[in-house]
Amino acid sequence: MSHSALIDRRTVIDWLGIAPFMIFALLFLILPTLYLVTGAFVTPEGDFTFKNIADLFSPSILSAYWISIKVSLASSLGGAVIGFFLAWAIVMGGLPRSIRSGLLTFSGVASNFAGVPLAFAFIATLGRTGLVTVLLRDMIGFNLYSTGFNLLSFFGLTITYMFFQIPLMVLILTPALDGMKREWREASEILGATTWQYWRMIALPILWPSLLGTTLLLFANAFGAIATAYALTGSSLNIVPILLYAQIRGDVLHNPNLGYALALGMIVITGLSNVLYIWLRSRAERWQK
Amino acid sequence: MSFLSLSHIQKSFGPVQVVSDFNMEIEKGEFVSFLGPSGCGKTTVLRMIAGFETPSGGTITVAGKNQAGLKPNQRNIGMVFQAYALFPNMNVFDNVAFGLKVAGRPKEEIDARVREMLGLIKLEHLADRFPYQMSGGQQQRVALARALAPKPQVLLLDEPLSALDAKIRVSLREEIRMIQQQLGITTVFVTHDQEEALSISDRIVVMNAGCADQIGTPAEIYNRPATRFVASFVGTLNLIEAKVVDPAVNRISIGDQGVTLREPLGPVKAGDTISLALRPEAGSIAEGAKGDTALTGEVVSSNFLGSVIRTRMRVGPSIISFDMFNSPGLVPPSAGETVTLRFVASDLLVIRD
Amino acid sequence: MKSTRILAWLAILIGVIYFIVPLIGTFEFSLRMRRGEYSFDAYQSVFSDIQFRTTFGFSMLMALFTIVFGMLLVVPTAYWVRLRLPRMRPVVEFITLLPLVIPAIVIVFGYLRLYNSSSFLPLTNSTSGTNMLLVFSYMTLSLPYMYRAVDTAMRMIDVGTLTEAAESLGAKWPTILFRCIFPNVMSGVLSGAFITFAIVMGEFTMASLLNRPAFGPYLQLVGANKAYEPSALAIIAFAITWLSMGLLQLVSRFQKTAPVKA
Repeated sequence: MSHSALIDRRTVIDWLGIAPFMIFALLFLILPTLYLVTGAFVTPEGDFTFKNIADLFSPSILSAYWISIKVSLASSLGGAVIGFFLAWAIVMGGLPRSIRSGLLTFSGVASNFAGVPLAFAFIATLGRTGLVTVLLRDMIGFNLYSTGFNLLSFFGLTITYMFFQIPLMVLILTPALDGMKREWREASEILGATTWQYWRMIALPILWPSLLGTTLLLFANAFGAIATAYALTGSSLNIVPILLYAQIRGDVLHNPNLGYALALGMIVITGLSNVLYIWLRSRAERWQK
Repeated sequence: MSFLSLSHIQKSFGPVQVVSDFNMEIEKGEFVSFLGPSGCGKTTVLRMIAGFETPSGGTITVAGKNQAGLKPNQRNIGMVFQAYALFPNMNVFDNVAFGLKVAGRPKEEIDARVREMLGLIKLEHLADRFPYQMSGGQQQRVALARALAPKPQVLLLDEPLSALDAKIRVSLREEIRMIQQQLGITTVFVTHDQEEALSISDRIVVMNAGCADQIGTPAEIYNRPATRFVASFVGTLNLIEAKVVDPAVNRISIGDQGVTLREPLGPVKAGDTISLALRPEAGSIAEGAKGDTALTGEVVSSNFLGSVIRTRMRVGPSIISFDMFNSPGLVPPSAGETVTLRFVASDLLVIRD
Repeated sequence: MKSTRILAWLAILIGVIYFIVPLIGTFEFSLRMRRGEYSFDAYQSVFSDIQFRTTFGFSMLMALFTIVFGMLLVVPTAYWVRLRLPRMRPVVEFITLLPLVIPAIVIVFGYLRLYNSSSFLPLTNSTSGTNMLLVFSYMTLSLPYMYRAVDTAMRMIDVGTLTEAAESLGAKWPTILFRCIFPNVMSGVLSGAFITFAIVMGEFTMASLLNRPAFGPYLQLVGANKAYEPSALAIIAFAITWLSMGLLQLVSRFQKTAPVKA
């Protein structure tokens, strides 16, 4: 009897130890999210409905999701490709050590340099009176904006987002490339494989979970971002976070529950890409032994 | 001309000379070990044969063909690395098949050859396993099969056993030797473990500071070490300080006891100090032991090592260790006791520096 | 080998151009305020702006609160999970990763609905309540980074043995936590603190939607109304990020060379 009482007391203390954390997570992470998720399935009167979800498929909301997905996809793919080449260069390119540490330090900074200031930086560079725009015009008489380029567009936003996407890719992928054992390359070489065969049959198959996984993480990262886009374009570019921002501010959709559905859509998309990321990561780690 | 020939091989990394004037002729089907401490250049020589490093000087020929300018993937050489060199994304079958696949062999041939190789290492039942699902010993056997599958002219083994447990190490090295003899493949084996080298090689190269100190059969290396380095690196050895008494008749003294050596002392004069070597197993203190020479000394300590008992005794300025086989009735000498060690004078070697 | 190196240098060159040009562009732009010559007028204008000072100070204060309360929440939890509840580890880790999955704007949307004036916990009713909510939201945002930094530091020291040693010397658990554990995971705490600082200082979404006078919304306001000051602010913000990350690198380097190993 006293034995089981002792166990009970110990169990209670064990659970009490993480109670503050659990309560915090419940109040400020889980309940607010659940509130929106459940709200997406009820009418303003409180009856269960799928109408809000169905209303997401109206042309204006669909196009917001579509632009968001396009920007996130383009910036994550661009970030992934360029980030991969940078990580490859510092790990396998035979460059001096200082280049590697320099790029990694810079990546740590740049991956956190997002939000409003990043928008300012790109306006000052590629905006109508930005340094590059002016230099191109004055030096070689090339008018960037006459080509249809606009910083406040899909393409401009993509190029801006890549400023934090590329460094993030470098930071996550460098350890993965470090994990590529020199012996794998040498074993393949001595067995008669060419460099191309090594990459196609060994290196890329080993790396693809990390590569694809990190791309998904970058995708989610871009999809939820709002500050840069808002500072860059105001509300002229109709992407989901900005639409949601406007909805929170002033119920532009004229249906609060449709706003919840909009939020739910975001969670589903970022959630899916994160679940895939975690799954791919665990696959990648299986080999990194 | 020999099958694998290394002549005047040199290698420097920047200002550091890692290999200086290395010469070696290896016959077809021979098993040669490069033995030496880490940093002696043995792995560098191996990597030059593989083509991963380019010699700063000298030539390497395989079957009469100069290897200079050939990339590793053009050399048809098999190599087993220290560890973790199996491709983690492929199962055992695909790992072994890799060399044949990149060579563009037909599927039926690949299948047959992989089965044959897996049979050779007795791992047919693990063809579908991935490297992370196997023990270190199994992985190294697969690595061996992978290296042998494309029928290389030369097999290079770069410390393939050093990451394994002691027991597996012994059984796998026997397996390697067996397979090597079965296939008759010319093999170079790099190791820092003298027991490993002694047990499986046809010939051993003892390397020290980028040079070959001695090349010979295991018995020659062990019984007749050419230099002080070889003597001290291979096996346990007593190094004894002695004074020359009369170079004409090879007479020397250890402490105050005179000994006549069998081998000539070389250019020394009376009163010089020389170093002699004696294996601990060369002598015995048993009453009727054979031997034309005896040294008497005081026992310092006696240690039980399992199959043998190692006793240390003081003779003049030197401490001499000797082993006797353990048997249930044996009483080891105790410290302070005076004993006489008998041995054959020809076992006492003069060591050059 | 040679072509590899050329390709590598090319990759680095492209990267450097892409990353350096915007910074140069921003800096150059920030100097253009006075017509016809370069000057630091934009910086002067920024620094003399009373709004800049109050919002900057406000965000600093919020960052400080976030770090203190965040660590008070994270360190004991990470400690407890390692020591007493290892089976809860996947759950706790999953929760700490949630803020990366749920976009900030969704979280704050939930806050606004859940803690409005008619709710069971009407935090948005008062200024101090809203400030609290803002700190909580920042704690949520920085949770993934803080938890990972602290947990990594705890893996380096063996918390179990450390606790047993302290217990055998008769220490009570507050003593253990604050005198043994906290100092030993200080490198992790500091790493988490710097990254939190960098996040909070530039954060826009939470502060803007909770209507608090923080640095992020101020930046946005300046960007919408002024020409040269935004560039100056971007340079200042970049310097702040660089400073926090530099300190973080310093701390993590210290952590690596520390003699304690797992």
